[in-house]
Amino acid sequence: MRPEDWLTQFIEIVAALAAAPIFLGWVSQCRAWLQNRRAPSLWLPYRNIRKLFHKEAVIAQNASRLFRLAPYVVFGTMVLAAAIIPSMGTRLPLVVSADAIALVGLFATARVFMALAAMDIGTAFGTLGARREMMVGFLAEPALLMVIFVASLLSASTALPAITEHLATQTLGLDPALAFTAVAFTLVLLAENARIPVDNPSTHLELTMIHEAMLLEYSARHLALMEWTTALKLFNYACIGFALFIPWGVATGHIGPLGLAVAIPTLAVKLALAGGGLALIETLCAKLRVMRAPEFLATAYLFAVLGLLVHVMLGARG
Amino acid sequence: MTTIFSSPLTGCAGLLAAWGLIGLAGLLRPASVRFAGRTLFPLGAMAGLALAAIAGSSLLAGGTEQLVLPFGLPDLPFHLRLDPLSSFFLLLLGASSAGVSVFAGGYFRQGEGTAPGLLCLQYHLFLASMGWVLLADDAYGFMVAWEVMALSSYFLVTTQHRIPEIRRAGFIYLLMAHLGAIAILLCFGVLQGGSWQFTFDAMRAAHLAPAWAAAAFLLALAGFGLKAGLVPLHVWLPEAHPAAPSPVSALMSGVMLKTAVYGLLRVTLDLLGRPVWWWGLVPLILGLFTAFYGVVFAAVQTDMKRLLAYSSIENMGIVFTGLGLSVIFLGAGMQAVAALALLATLYHCLNHSFMKSLLFLGTGSVLHATGERNLGRLGGLIHSMPWVAWLTLIGALAIAGLPPLNGFVSEWLLLQSFLFADRVPHEFVNLLIPMGMALVALCAALAGYVMVKFFGVIFLGQPREPSLAHAHDCGRLERLGLAWLALGCVLLGLLPFQVVAALGAVTRQLVGAAVPQAASHWWLLAPVPGRAVSYGPIIFLAATAGVVALTALVVRLAYHQRVRRTPAWDCGFGSLTPRMQDTAEGFGQPIRNIFQSFFQIERELPAPSDRTPRYRIAIADRFWRTVYEPLGSSVQRLASAVAFLQQGRVSVYLLYSFVTLIVLLALALFA
Repeated sequence: MRPEDWLTQFIEIVAALAAAPIFLGWVSQCRAWLQNRRAPSLWLPYRNIRKLFHKEAVIAQNASRLFRLAPYVVFGTMVLAAAIIPSMGTRLPLVVSADAIALVGLFATARVFMALAAMDIGTAFGTLGARREMMVGFLAEPALLMVIFVASLLSASTALPAITEHLATQTLGLDPALAFTAVAFTLVLLAENARIPVDNPSTHLELTMIHEAMLLEYSARHLALMEWTTALKLFNYACIGFALFIPWGVATGHIGPLGLAVAIPTLAVKLALAGGGLALIETLCAKLRVMRAPEFLATAYLFAVLGLLVHVMLGARG
Repeated sequence: MTTIFSSPLTGCAGLLAAWGLIGLAGLLRPASVRFAGRTLFPLGAMAGLALAAIAGSSLLAGGTEQLVLPFGLPDLPFHLRLDPLSSFFLLLLGASSAGVSVFAGGYFRQGEGTAPGLLCLQYHLFLASMGWVLLADDAYGFMVAWEVMALSSYFLVTTQHRIPEIRRAGFIYLLMAHLGAIAILLCFGVLQGGSWQFTFDAMRAAHLAPAWAAAAFLLALAGFGLKAGLVPLHVWLPEAHPAAPSPVSALMSGVMLKTAVYGLLRVTLDLLGRPVWWWGLVPLILGLFTAFYGVVFAAVQTDMKRLLAYSSIENMGIVFTGLGLSVIFLGAGMQAVAALALLATLYHCLNHSFMKSLLFLGTGSVLHATGERNLGRLGGLIHSMPWVAWLTLIGALAIAGLPPLNGFVSEWLLLQSFLFADRVPHEFVNLLIPMGMALVALCAALAGYVMVKFFGVIFLGQPREPSLAHAHDCGRLERLGLAWLALGCVLLGLLPFQVVAALGAVTRQLVGAAVPQAASHWWLLAPVPGRAVSYGPIIFLAATAGVVALTALVVRLAYHQRVRRTPAWDCGFGSLTPRMQDTAEGFGQPIRNIFQSFFQIERELPAPSDRTPRYRIAIADRFWRTVYEPLGSSVQRLASAVAFLQQGRVSVYLLYSFVTLIVLLALALFA
């Protein structure tokens, strides 16, 4: 590995940390425009995080160490995830340590710690949130894994940069297996990031909330980390989507200043479009009842498995 | 001493004998808990460590050694053999039983069922017989060891024999163990191939017709599958494993199930030699179904030990999936991938023995501290039992398959071998394999659900019963045992390269290939040549821990550290009681709803007008009603039909003898 690869790695992590809250702000802004509301500032998530860091932490009396440890663990796993997703360049030194399966494992680790922390205080809402989050997770996780497997089979590797490099060199044109998995991936993205129609990030209604229910007991810096993690997670999922389905524009060789000069604006454009698309989906869809969420996710899972079968059958024919 | 330990095989045999002697020493002072607990069990643990060391060095050396003991049947003395396969399983036995034995030394108390001295004998006999199963090199010795293992564990299961449910569980266990033993016996009968030689060497040399070879394989699968809890032969497992005292549950789930895997590997890949590819389909499909069935049932259990028993069924399903995959690849002539799948299988066995022993021991400590096995009456124990809670957390995260712990490594390897499988020369298999991959991924994710439920309901939240306030952490020996197993989970997760290299001897022996390793990176697991596929848990952990530490440091430096402790906010509702938390039933509710058709559910719902509303739900295994109860009643009917022969009068029996004599004479005259 060359020094400039480490530089790319570092820039990627910093960019992810910096861009994630803005991306979240952009999605809210698009949503507001589409719904004829006055849009909040793009920087609102930043201000929110800054405000929270300044506050005094209020912690329940019976909280254990796990409760205070969890925000750091969840944040750490999400940063590492950002480091191994090729959002700008594909020569990432940290990738040898974690391939796409390990990436799914990272998301699972974050989810488990979040659910455990939510159960720690022992409130009705906390356990409710944990239960629902695990319900969403146990279907979304294998669906995501299947999506990644289709791409892995296409490019004979489970390392995300290798997949991106392979797919980026293909001629423009969508593999039928990838078409199925793209649908599956979109559904997983919506569910995993607590977006409509599975969850609604902007309400605290006990009948429907999943993600927010787990964070209710957090405050101040712990909450800030959790919010930042949420933003990072959405950013990461978007970047996985780019890496698998629209890999063009990512710098594939050893990256120089010129490569970055192309990669960063490309990423920004992709993010802007993806944010708009996400806001559109959220505006057009209605929130599902919680017990309908498994059906939604089972659809995602089936689409991904179908994609896999399509790949195998086409491979057998060709 | 020097002569015994000069060769690994005599060393192992000597240590098994030492286990037997330690057990017998328990009878010297049968009523003394101190003697058994403080002296004998730790001694047994040391013998286990020594066994692991000898077996480990023999595994690294990769040699094979045979020995004929001067006792046994007149014309068939006991044969012993130590090869890489048995070395690996002996290593597993020694290393994980060391932790369990140390824990057991602090666990057993006065006045609980069987006397401590007798318990010590049964326990060490159980250990020694498992070791003997692994060393046996003839069918006779194998069967004797197998039966001793079943019987000693039966007595251990029924330690608290005054409780009727435990007697019933023990009976079912004994019955099923013997059904399995019959299948294994028949399998050996087929394997000798008309030579009537019952040493394994003779079986290796025998040439079987394809149909007979398939029969031997299926018999072995039935017999060993029964021991491993393969669905639909699993019904005894969730009864017997939880009924035993926790260290024994740990041994049964952690180690004894692996002897079944050993047996099937020995018969299929060693004694039969050249498996046909379609054999692998049977364990593959059964294994996938078992894994899914086990994890779904684990998610809805309310008894913590039953939950773990179902989770064991799941894990054995995953192991059998890997085994089936390996056989398919081997049959298709793809030795390199077969080695990878076999590696995943073996690795998962090793992992599961540590993780599951750790979790069962954790439940043992909880049981002792609270007297409660029902998840719905526990909660908040992380405050009063921090040692048990944090060590159990490691086991729970590991078994949920989260990186960088050990459960992830074997699942990663298994998924890699599935991914590698896109070119089997059988179309049907090619379509089946993606489905298998999807199911494995689903099971792994569901295992996370199960473990959040298990850990969260027991250790987190508020105590659901007032009596839990008096719970105490476990003693020093118990801590040592738990810590040893947790350390195993961490190390097996962080150093996969070394484990894979050591397992090379086993895969080379069984499938004739080893998973290649680039020796330049000792910290990196890259098992698939020619593909950019790698996993480096140490960097993974270092990077995550680095980010976590850096974040904590930055937050500490840049911002104030003010923390205020208040009552829980809970959206301002105010009157928070422990009853408002999810019970085990509540936490399992989504799974119950989604997979309704799997369960046989009995619901008792309150009416709106009830003054004292009662909600009860009971979940049973459909196999009991659809398979086992009809089977049992038909056996009963057959037995009562035959019973008319048993008149109970001497004259009638004399008449039978007389008639038999006449018939025989007639046959002799006319034939």
